[in-house]
Parts: sequence; C-alpha cells; structure tokens
Amino acid sequence: MTYSPHTDSDRARMLEEIGVSSVEELFADIPAAVRAGAWDIPPPLAEQEVRAELARLAGRNRIPDVSFLGAGAYRHLVPAVVSEVIGRPEFSTSYTPYQPEVSQGTLQSIYEFQSLICELTGMEVATASHYDGATATAEAALMACRLTRRHRVAVSAGVSPDYRRVLETYCSGPGVEVITVPIDLADGGSGTTDPASAAALLADDVACLVAAQPNFYGQVEPMRELSDAAHGAGALFVAVVEPTSLAILEAPGEYGADLVAAEGQPLGIPVSFGGPYVGLMAARMASVRQMPGRLVGATRDVQGRRGYVLTLQAREQHIRREKAASNICTNQALMALAAAAYLTAVGPQGLREVAELGTTQARHLAAALEASGVAERRFSGPYFAEVTVRVPDAARRHATLAERGIVAGHLLGRDEPALADTLLLATTELTTDADIERLVSALEETR
Amino acid sequence: MSYPDDLRYSKEHEWVRVEGTRATIGITSFAADELGDIVFIELPEVGASLSQFASFGVVESVKAVSDLYAPIGGEVTEVNEALRDGPELLNSDPFGEGWIARVELADPSEVESLMDAGAYAAETG
Repeated sequence: MTYSPHTDSDRARMLEEIGVSSVEELFADIPAAVRAGAWDIPPPLAEQEVRAELARLAGRNRIPDVSFLGAGAYRHLVPAVVSEVIGRPEFSTSYTPYQPEVSQGTLQSIYEFQSLICELTGMEVATASHYDGATATAEAALMACRLTRRHRVAVSAGVSPDYRRVLETYCSGPGVEVITVPIDLADGGSGTTDPASAAALLADDVACLVAAQPNFYGQVEPMRELSDAAHGAGALFVAVVEPTSLAILEAPGEYGADLVAAEGQPLGIPVSFGGPYVGLMAARMASVRQMPGRLVGATRDVQGRRGYVLTLQAREQHIRREKAASNICTNQALMALAAAAYLTAVGPQGLREVAELGTTQARHLAAALEASGVAERRFSGPYFAEVTVRVPDAARRHATLAERGIVAGHLLGRDEPALADTLLLATTELTTDADIERLVSALEETR
Repeated sequence: MSYPDDLRYSKEHEWVRVEGTRATIGITSFAADELGDIVFIELPEVGASLSQFASFGVVESVKAVSDLYAPIGGEVTEVNEALRDGPELLNSDPFGEGWIARVELADPSEVESLMDAGAYAAETG
C-alpha cells in the first residue's frame, strides 16, 4: 500500500470546513519564543560529525576501576546465556500480546518467571512483573489498602528513601496517608525497625506495615516480629526484599508476609544508568483478585494439552477501566525474562554462592576498614552484603576517591542528616580482595 | 419474561424482598443471564452500611466485571456465604439460593422508588 499524504487541496478543504484560514493559525496559541526556529541549538551535522560528537561525549563517562556502589542496584556477574536468551528476536521484538493465547511461548516464559519468583519468595502467586522495585512496593501498599479497606500505610525508615518517595507519590492520588516508622539510628545501634515501636504506631486504620530485608543500610531486620506486629493490628505485612538474599535469608512466605515486592535487577540485569529494571510482586492466593497487572496461568486445552493463558483479567484496566486494580502498571517482560534466565542458569546452589560471596566480602571489607582505623561500622547486629560505615569527612573523601576511579559507595548524609559522614558500601561476588585493599589504602591516603 | 411478584426491582438489575424492617437483596435473572457464567462475587462485610443505589460489591463473570448496586439502603446483617465457593448459584437460582445479603433497612420507604415485577419486565423487555 502506498502512503498518500494530504494534498494541498485536501488541506484547503479541511481548513475551510473548520473555519480557519491557514495551518499557521492553528498554532496561534503557542508563544513565538517556544516555536521551532526560536531555539538556540547548533546547526545540523553530517553522520560522521555526529559520530565524532557522540564519541567525545561518551569519553566523558567515567567508568570506575573499583565500585562499592549499591544502595538498591547491584553489580553481578551476568552469565552469557542471559543475553543470548533475551536477544532472541522471538522475545526481543514481540510486544505485549493482545491476542495473548496465540503467543504461547511468551506466556510460557512469563509463567516460568512467576513460578521462579514464587519459589524464591515462598509465596503462592506472583505477577508478570512491574516497572521496578519502587513501583512494585507502592503497588503492594495500595493493594493492602484495597484488601483491608483502610487508608493509611506505615513504612519503615529502613526502606530505601527513593522507594519511600515513590510510595508517597503513588499514595497522594487516592489520598492514602503514609506514616514512617523510625529505625534505630543511634551510634552502634541496630539500624533496624523496632517491632514494639512499630506496633505502637499501627492504629486500627493502618492497612499495612512495609519493611525491607535487608534494609537500605544492609542491616537484617527482625521480619518475623515486624510481621507479627502488623498482624496484631489487623494490618498486612509487606516485605521488600533483595532477591539474591533469599538464597540465605528466610523467605517472606515463611515469616508471614502477605505481600512481597522486590527490585529484580540483581537477577541478571546489568547496572546501566538506572534501567531498565524489573519489579517483582508476590502474594497469597486469597488476595489474587486485588493484584495489579498481568498474570499468566497454566491450563489444559480441549485435547488435554498444557497451555498458558492470561488469567483473571477482570482486574485489569482493559476490562475494569477506572476501577482496575491498577491503571499505572505494565509488565517488564524482557527484563522478567532476563531474571528467569538468570535464576535458571545459576540455579539454587549458584544463587546461594552469589549471596554467600557478597556477604563474605562485606565482612572482609568491614574488617579491613576497622583494622586500618579508617572507618568503623555505624551499626551493630547482622548485615547482608552491604555495610554502613562511619568515615570522617566522608563527602570530601568520596569525591577525591571518585577522581581516582574508586566509587566509595553511597554517601548517606543527603537523605538522612543523622548519617552525615557515613558511607553505604556494597559488595558482591565481583568484589575482589584487591578492590577492598585499594579502597582501604585510598581512604588511608586521604585521611 | 416474567419476574416474581413479591419482589421489587432496581434499574441496575438488583431485586429486594422486604419483610418488615428487613430485606433480602440479590441480582435478577436478567442480570445473571447478561453476565454469563459468574465465577466470583465480592460480598459486602456484615455490619457494612449500604446506601441505596451505591456500589456495595462486585460480580465477575467469564466476560465482564460489574459493580453491585444496593437496591435499598441499610446495615448488612448477613451475607450468603454459599456464594464464596458457589458463585454459580447466582446463575442457577438468582431469586432463591443465589440471594446475596440481608439488610436491616435504614428507611423502608426507599422501596417505593423501585419497580414492581410488571414495570421491571417492561424495562427489560
């Protein structure tokens, strides 16, 4: 079929029909200062010049030699099979199927992802995925409001400050109030949420308590006690988890979590300028009708063969319109597939080794920092693969180390004034002993 | 189609059977047929306060989800627990075993704004 643009006479007839003398007149409301042509932008470039300019800009990127940056996004080894799988055109070029049952392969891959997330979290049902961990957390809190018909949510200050900001944004529309449960920020304190304080804040109109495991500061929270505190107030318990940690920490399904939200990036997705990531959400079957977003189910066709369907779609916006469980979500199918390929490639033993290596290196790091006297742990008690340390004059030294190609983790003072001169340092299986030595000696040299 | 004479009907296809200050409510056979096979119902909670013509629950069929609108206002005293595991009762016996809730009426005169069987038959005919 040839493309036939409007002719001059077509345009003249349309203008006459609507009573406008020229196309220009349609844009009369747009100020001249913001019209095309009024911008101060450079002239066009030839392809060769564009390549040179982009290369120059790319050259300004600093690729650190050594990085201890985590704070919600983690560098892990991604087995080559992951990019091989997600690079297959059957997956990489297919959009969300609107005649879903025709795309059995896509549905099977999503079903396998959901099954893996259920196994990892110890929950009964998982969604086809969400944008990222922060939006999955916010969706879980809103889901708790629908389930309990309550309109306040309590969130531990140990949940990532970014997640808490997204939660505030999501809650502002439906008028859900967010209350913050403090954590113990005292020097040498636990750095975790106190279940008794949480219980005291949980009035009978609070829909859920949201807590993170490990929390933003790497500390291991008393999830079972927090879950009990939530349930004692008739509220639900929302666990925000780091997925690799589930290989060695208790699964949310075991400590009574009603809802689980997580950032799936550590599962086979590289850190790359903040995305794309993938949000994970899991729940109990009893609350499945309030879950947001897509769900794939397994069934049998008329000949008894196994098949996959998009199920319980009556929750979704294409059917329920403004009354859908969520009007602000979609799945991240390709990233979910990466997570499924990663989990399948590393297996339960591999994931356990990833978690154990990260935690082992975090302990080496803390010991090396304390032995040299350049930093000490800010909190006491168990921690996972990220450690919060006090470093005098942290901001200046963080900047100086960055100049030397060392990212000394995340500077915590910006979001939490009580943690000025405090660094959050992440380790994974990619963190070598040499990396740790280099950080320690750079901190010694900038004392 | 004809409908039971002892019930009153709303434009949203709910029925109500008033007995003194109490009433039983449900959906009509017309609503059930239009929805098709009903697979789930979200029942109101006992003690919940219903306002006439306001949404009080949800029914989900294989092809649609619809809000339930209270034909009459009042406090829910009982819900039909059998529907939780047997929502098909709404299709098989909408005026009997498929009742949804019993309420203590807030204002018995509200029933006057509902249709009788003849008017409802004309409405759905």
